[in-house]
Amino acid sequence: MSHAFYVNLSYVFAGLITAIMIGWILLDGRARRQEMAELEAAGIRRRSASPAKDAEA
Amino acid sequence: MSEPIPAIKKFSDLANPTVFLGLTARIVPYLAVLTALLFVWGLYLSFTTEGDYQQGETVRIMYVHVPAAWLSMMCYSIMAASALGTLVWRHPLADVSAKAAAPLGAGFTLLALITGSLWGKPMWGTWWVWDARLTSVFVLFLMYLGLMALQRAMDDPSRSARVSAVLILIGFVNIPIIKFSVEWWNTLHQPASIMRMGGSAIDPEFLRPLLVMAAAFTLLFFTLHFLAIRNEIWRRRVSAQRRLAARMANREG
Repeated sequence: MSHAFYVNLSYVFAGLITAIMIGWILLDGRARRQEMAELEAAGIRRRSASPAKDAEA
Repeated sequence: MSEPIPAIKKFSDLANPTVFLGLTARIVPYLAVLTALLFVWGLYLSFTTEGDYQQGETVRIMYVHVPAAWLSMMCYSIMAASALGTLVWRHPLADVSAKAAAPLGAGFTLLALITGSLWGKPMWGTWWVWDARLTSVFVLFLMYLGLMALQRAMDDPSRSARVSAVLILIGFVNIPIIKFSVEWWNTLHQPASIMRMGGSAIDPEFLRPLLVMAAAFTLLFFTLHFLAIRNEIWRRRVSAQRRLAARMANREG
């Protein structure tokens, strides 16, 4: 097989592994954000979260 | 996040997860753009510079292989520093940092192994040999997998934190073994040619794309590490709030 085959395959793997890592982190972040939004909607929030907004509302 | 962000007055203030989240939200966009620009420049150089007179076109594999291999070791060193933070200073973010780094380290180590293999086949005539450098990097990959399993094996993060910190520090012995394996033993893998006594032995034609790609991969690692730490802080907050909510519901019931 030609050298170009090995070179191209290397860059394909580099792109693939990088894409998997980026995709995993973005999807994980989105899922966590959704969980926090669900908790917030259920009225559960952190004790340290500012109550100022609630007072204003 | 609508929470007010406390001011950063000294380095240890970063130990506060809320401060860290604020900092991440501010710097990650810049880091991501800089990473993308460096990759554009690095990839351009990787494919436009000359081939090597011996390796021919396959020298271009090195522009991915070498940065990935460097990062596999840098990532473990960051995990070892985090493990010290967990055991010595009980830094609240230290275990989060170690846990977030492990999958990234495994990814870069796998990339180094795959690209090394793809270079080895046309240049050495074999995909793999059990020489000291290749074997020690393969052990590093297995260690990353083991640590990832351990970090996820216990429900309580504070319990898994100390056990995995000890294991990370024990495993750190492998890093100098990887680095010096090519000098201590007679290996098929070539010895260091950039970070060595007497300066780099590489022609600028190859050094330039290599360094730009190394900078791009390093920034990619830090961008992803920051985001992974953020995700892990969120995960722990969600589980803490769920536990609290369950306890409250129990009391009311």
